[in-house]
Formats: sequence, structure tokens, C-alpha cells
Amino acid sequence: MKLITAIVRPEKLPEVLEALFRAEVYGLTISRVQGHGGETESVETYRGTTVKMELVEKVRLDIGVSDPFVEITVDAILSAARTGEVGDGKIFVIPVEKVIRIRTGEEDVAAVTPALMELAGS
Amino acid sequence: MPIPSPINAADTAWMLVATAMVLLMTPALAFFYGGLVRSKNALNTMMMSFAALGVVGLAWAVAGYSLAFGAGNGLAGGFDHLFLRGVGLEAKGTIPHLLFMAYQGTFAIITAALISGAVVERMRFGPYLAFITAWSLLVYAPVCHWVWGGGWLAQLGALDFAGGTVVHINAGAAALVAAAVLGPRRDYGRQALLPHNVPFVLLGAALLWFGWFGFNAGSALGANASAALAFTNTLLAPVATLVVWMLLDRLRTRKTTAVGAATGVVVGLVAVTPAAGYIGPMSAIVLGAVAAFPSYFGILRRSRLRLDDSLDVVAAHGLGGIVGALLTGVLARAAWGGIDGLLAGSPEQLGRQLLAVLATLAYSAGASFVLLKLVGAFASLRADRKHEGLGLDVPLHGEEAYTSGEGAILVLPAVASARPNPLTVPAAQPVGGEA
Repeated sequence: MKLITAIVRPEKLPEVLEALFRAEVYGLTISRVQGHGGETESVETYRGTTVKMELVEKVRLDIGVSDPFVEITVDAILSAARTGEVGDGKIFVIPVEKVIRIRTGEEDVAAVTPALMELAGS
Repeated sequence: MPIPSPINAADTAWMLVATAMVLLMTPALAFFYGGLVRSKNALNTMMMSFAALGVVGLAWAVAGYSLAFGAGNGLAGGFDHLFLRGVGLEAKGTIPHLLFMAYQGTFAIITAALISGAVVERMRFGPYLAFITAWSLLVYAPVCHWVWGGGWLAQLGALDFAGGTVVHINAGAAALVAAAVLGPRRDYGRQALLPHNVPFVLLGAALLWFGWFGFNAGSALGANASAALAFTNTLLAPVATLVVWMLLDRLRTRKTTAVGAATGVVVGLVAVTPAAGYIGPMSAIVLGAVAAFPSYFGILRRSRLRLDDSLDVVAAHGLGGIVGALLTGVLARAAWGGIDGLLAGSPEQLGRQLLAVLATLAYSAGASFVLLKLVGAFASLRADRKHEGLGLDVPLHGEEAYTSGEGAILVLPAVASARPNPLTVPAAQPVGGEA
């Protein structure tokens, strides 16, 4: 199993979610984060006070998937989140030691995205 | 200074207050519209109304008033009042001419601002301002002249107490055309585009209602019985619309929505506008109740169309205005002031009302289309695709409605621009050789 953590542009989130649902990746968590990844800062002005926004709003997705689903998930995010300009974000694929579904106590592969059960069974 | 004789102090006092009340409606509209869009476009949407106070107000003083109320022909006013020439403290009716001009100016401003609801979240700010300024001079002012400036609809006897045709049908037709010319928002119909601040919507609707007492009762142009009737009808019609709207909401989804309630109030206010000083109070309740239906179902229908009239200007102001203008021809009674309508035995009044509606729709739609294409020939009307995705507040205004301030770094004047700022004292030069 892997934990896929993706940092994407907030305005791309709907497209990313759509791509993930199309790829049958249903279990995910999102959080609103701020970060800096080398993109040019935007400048804002409030009554003569000019500020550079060094931190840019991003959305972070955390998705636990079984190994066969890693590539599918990564491809879905790549295709939906890319604009080609600096600031498109990152995808991290991180090994996971254990996953437990709280409701049932199921562990590991049984506890991540259900679609992979079919894949594992086929 | 002695008051010129025909000027009545009570009338003047009321019209001073009414003018301020109508002016407040434009910031109220900013809250109403601002709450309905996503937070990333909140400032841009509110500025579309707020900026109209500036550009349309200025255009009104320079030329709009003359084109609307100057002595001209049946189609438009003349140029005799350009730059407010000949608009002074003399009486116009029973109030000073200047006050009449200011009062009418507040109408021009809100009418132009109403159109913005059809183009929010995607129109560039500069072309928008150019469009509404030109629109206020070339569409609002002539239609205003037709109805209130002694133009052909006034001579015909079409009734419009406070602006059903001039304000609402006019803005509704322009909104329809503007939404079509601009095209839908890129994510319209693909994502849920939800209101970001419903309390703002309720606040805006409440302030609009307050201001509308100045709009309708002020249209009596004096502190008199007609104003009292218009005031009462401005209370009773929206009350009925609100109740019917809440019932419709409840029957359809079993829930009474707050956005629906706010919309219902505005629709009731729109519908009673042309009728306010011509119909009795019970007729106002009937009018308000009836007016809920076309707008309610129009809004439901709109969300399934490709036409992205984002904040339902057509359904609320266009349809509401048409229903109000036609029902004025049905419910008007000479006994309340005005002319008898259909129910009082004069069916021809309904025909006059219909003609006024059709003429306003046709002229406003046609002229708005030409103006938008004209502005569009000089500058792109649509915001950049990337800006639309980011939200227009930061790219177009350099501000955010709700900023946490995290990650904001103060830019000092020396860093802010490559050119040295002549206003800042140059820093003391380091003195060498001292070590």
C-alpha cells in the first residue's frame, strides 16, 4: 500500500476530483494548505500598503491506495492538475506500514479504496 | 436664501431623504450580489455595483440627465441640460430642480448596476465599466425619457409609477443579452457554483427593501397621499411574494430557503414598482402573490439552460418587471390616482402596457447588443481563463475579500518599484574611510 499525497492548485481541485472518481478512486481526504514552491508571488495593495503573498493557497489530497492503484491515481492527478506553469504542485508516493478502517477494524488492502478488491480478485 | 415660491418644504424634505434611500440601494445590491457568488469573486462582484456609483453618477451629471429629461423629441431628451446647464434651485414640480436631478441619478446608477448580475465571475472590469457608462447614456436615458421625460410612451399613456419598464425590464433585457454575448462561466453546468455568504444576501435584500420605499414612494415626487399609497404597496406586495415564495419552496423541496426568501422579496419589490401609486393595497397583495410564480419557475428553468444569467437578473427583474407592468394595466384604478385598468373597465390600458413592455425589451436588447459588441471590438470582454479559475479578486483588484494575512510580506517603498520614489527621502549615504 501507498499513501499518495498531492499538492494541487485550488482552482484545479474540481477537475482532479472528477478524474479520480472516473478512475474509481473513492477514498480521499483533502485539506486547504498554504505553501511556496518557487512560483512568482502575487502582489496585493491595501490603502497604500503593498504586500507580496509569499505563500500560495493550495489543496492537499491524501489518498491511501493498494499498489496496483498507485499508477492509476498518479495518472489521474497528473492529467487533471497540470497547467504547465510554475505552481502546479507535487505528488508524493509514500510507503504505508498499516491501514485500519475504524468502522470495521479491517486492515491494510481491505481498508483502502474498495475498487481494488475487484482488481485483486480478477 | 429665499425659497422660490412653488417649492414646498415638506416635499423637498421627503425627496432629500428618498434620494439618499435610493442611493443606498446600490451598495445594498453589492451585498445581495456579492453574497451570491463564490468568495474568490466577492470583491469583484461588489465592485461592479459600487463602481457604478462613480461612473454612472458622473455620466448622469454630464449628459445622462439631459438625454433623459432635457427638452427633446419623443425619442430622447435634448442637449439643453448638458453639464447640468440650467439645472438650479428653481422649482421642478414642487421641489428644487437640482434635487429632482439627483433623485433621478440614483435610479440611473442602480439600473446599470443591476445588469452586472448576469456577467459576474467572468467579465473584465474595465470593459464592464465602459459598457455600463455607455449603456446609462444610450439606453437608460432614452427609455427614461420615453416614460418620464415626456417621450412617446408618456404621451401614449403607458403607466410606470417608479420604473417597471425604465429600470427593471430595461436592465433585465440588457442582462439577457450580456449573458449571451459573454457566454457562460467556464465551470457553469459542470460544478456547483454556490453562494459564499447567504447572510450577505439577506442583508442586501433587507437594505434594498428599505431603499425601495424611497424608490417607489419618492416617485410621487412629494410628501403626499400618492407617496403614502406607494409606500404601503411597497410594504404589502413583497410581503405577499415572500409568503408565496416560501410556500413554493416548501412544496417543491419541503424546505424554505433563505436565498429563496431574499429573492422573493426582491421579485415582489420589482413587480410592484410600476404599479405602486396606481393600485389599491389589496390589489398590491394580489400582484405580489401572482408575481412570485413566473420568477420562481423562471429561476428553476434557468439553471438548466446554457444561458448563464448568473444571478437571475432576467428572471427576477425581467420577468418580475413584465408581470408588474402588465398587472398595472389590469389593476390600476383612477380612484387611486392614474388611469383605470382592465378590471375597472378599460382593457385598452393593458394594450398600452404591453406596448411599453415590448418597446423597452426590443430597444434595450438591441442597443445593449450593439454596445457590448462595440466595447468588445476594443477590448476583450472576458477575463483571462486563468484569472477566471483563480477568481477575479486578486488578478483584477489586487485584494482578497477574506485574507488571513499569512505569508504576506510587507513590500517597502524601495522594493516596491524599480524606479526611485521621489517622495521618499533617500537613505543616508554610508560614509567611507572611517572604518
